Amino acid sequence: MIPYLITIAILVIIAALIGLALNLQWGLAGLVNFGVVGFVAIGAYTTALTAPSIGWLPAMILAALIAAALSAGLALLSIRLEENYLAIITIGFGEAVRLVILNEGWLTNGALGIANIQRPFASLTEQFGGDIVFVIFAIGVLAVVFVALEGWTRAPFGRALRAIRDDATISAALGKPVFALRVRAFAIGGAVMGLAGALQAFYLTYIDPSQFSAIVTSYAFMAVIAGGRGSNVGLLVGAGSIMALLEGTRFLKDFISVIDGVQLSALRLGLIGVGIILQLILRPQGLVPEARRKAADVLAKPREAA
Amino acid sequence: MRTVCALDGLRRGGAVDKRPAFLEVCTVTKRYGGLVALDACTLSIATGGITGLIGPNGAGKTTLLNVMTGLVRPDSGTVHLSGADITSLPVHRFAEMGMARTFQIVRELGSLTVFENLLLAPRHQSGEGVGAALFGRRKWWAEEHANAVRARALLERIGLWHLADQPSSGLSGGQKKLLDIARALLLEPQLILLDEPGAGVSPPLKLEMIRLVRELRAEGVTFGIVEHDMHLIGELCDHVHVMAEGRLLVSGSFEQISRDPRVVEAYLGAAA
Repeated sequence: MIPYLITIAILVIIAALIGLALNLQWGLAGLVNFGVVGFVAIGAYTTALTAPSIGWLPAMILAALIAAALSAGLALLSIRLEENYLAIITIGFGEAVRLVILNEGWLTNGALGIANIQRPFASLTEQFGGDIVFVIFAIGVLAVVFVALEGWTRAPFGRALRAIRDDATISAALGKPVFALRVRAFAIGGAVMGLAGALQAFYLTYIDPSQFSAIVTSYAFMAVIAGGRGSNVGLLVGAGSIMALLEGTRFLKDFISVIDGVQLSALRLGLIGVGIILQLILRPQGLVPEARRKAADVLAKPREAA
Repeated sequence: MRTVCALDGLRRGGAVDKRPAFLEVCTVTKRYGGLVALDACTLSIATGGITGLIGPNGAGKTTLLNVMTGLVRPDSGTVHLSGADITSLPVHRFAEMGMARTFQIVRELGSLTVFENLLLAPRHQSGEGVGAALFGRRKWWAEEHANAVRARALLERIGLWHLADQPSSGLSGGQKKLLDIARALLLEPQLILLDEPGAGVSPPLKLEMIRLVRELRAEGVTFGIVEHDMHLIGELCDHVHVMAEGRLLVSGSFEQISRDPRVVEAYLGAAA
């Protein structure tokens, strides 16, 4: 049971990282990104390919940087487009990444994937046994990312992004460099997605193109919608509950005897869809509302950071 | 400061506005397909004054305002601010140049609170940088506090302080207009362009707005006002441009233009 819970914990952390990134891009800045999985895949493959030669930490940093650079590039090309067209471009990007990985065998080993990826702290892992060390490492990464994103969200940077999401024209008339801010938000999100991919490569120690299908993107959107657009705390709750639903429904077969396991597994995804729809009807703002700065906070504490 | 195109504007118009121009629009033309929204339009807004811009619907007033603030690129012609050509400047740079505007149809940033709407506006916020937002916290928090003090004073002045922490989407139409002006003021502009500030505003709020604009003018702010409400124009403006069919028809004081037969004709048709 313990190894299973650890697996779930790590999958939740990876999903939460991807969700946090999308929450910045889409939740806060209003930039729809249906190519999330492409950036995760780039992070994973960068890590898998470079970690043996440059070490795990530089490989993770490189994964984040490459994903950020590609995000920024894609944003520069397409972000002037209206929302719907940006959606189309990002879908295309996600697919293109998958196809490149599948077909450029000299680099990515094609459909066979890359095996035997060395985890960070591999020697420690042997010493303590199991995946405990890796869970702690993953929690550490999540914590750093969460604190940084929460800092950005609550800073004037986050407020400007929210303003741009609400109305880009007004924000521009108020002197906000809309284009530059959007590109930055998109690049930061891309970097975090790259990190999530790196964690996935390290955890599974094996990656292949089939891991990077569009369902990863869907889970990220579900987590943002469930948690509440713009709220990072809500996103963690959302990602947690989506994964809990996905995994928890596996155990339904122990309690329900009317339908068999095969039917149940087919029903699981449907149940999650129903859950999301119910939530959108009953609580459209998400589980946790977006944080707003209270006037009294800013007025009262001149030197203190609240 | 007077340029060739300013003189051209004077030839068409009536009385001469002798003060230097703060904002000048020179022979600006803008077409939307076959429709000529602005037809070699030339006019100016005098420094320190309140300049009105009136005309029948479809005269091109809002298009002109959009050209003045960079939201619409003219097909030809130039816009000068204190002598500098700003025609092709990106929209967000206009605020830096000391120019602010409000919108005809109120476009509030609905998910921000009233107070956040105001805190958004001030220029040069270090906390908007990616690095400084995380590592320059002390600095931007101090800026934030200073801006908050100004924002509070403004909200008290326009009577919206009790709504500070409410989402701005919940305000009434008139309150949104006031918030729009207050937000523009936090940019510390030298020139504010108001697009129909009186539309949909209750009479008491309108009086409040007139008082606010007068006070600000006394503090040295220049105004340009697009408006249909002649009472508001008469109360506030010391110079009025009348537009019709994308051009400047007449300019002068409110008394001069309201007596001008061409203005009456433009508004009521040739039969009048």
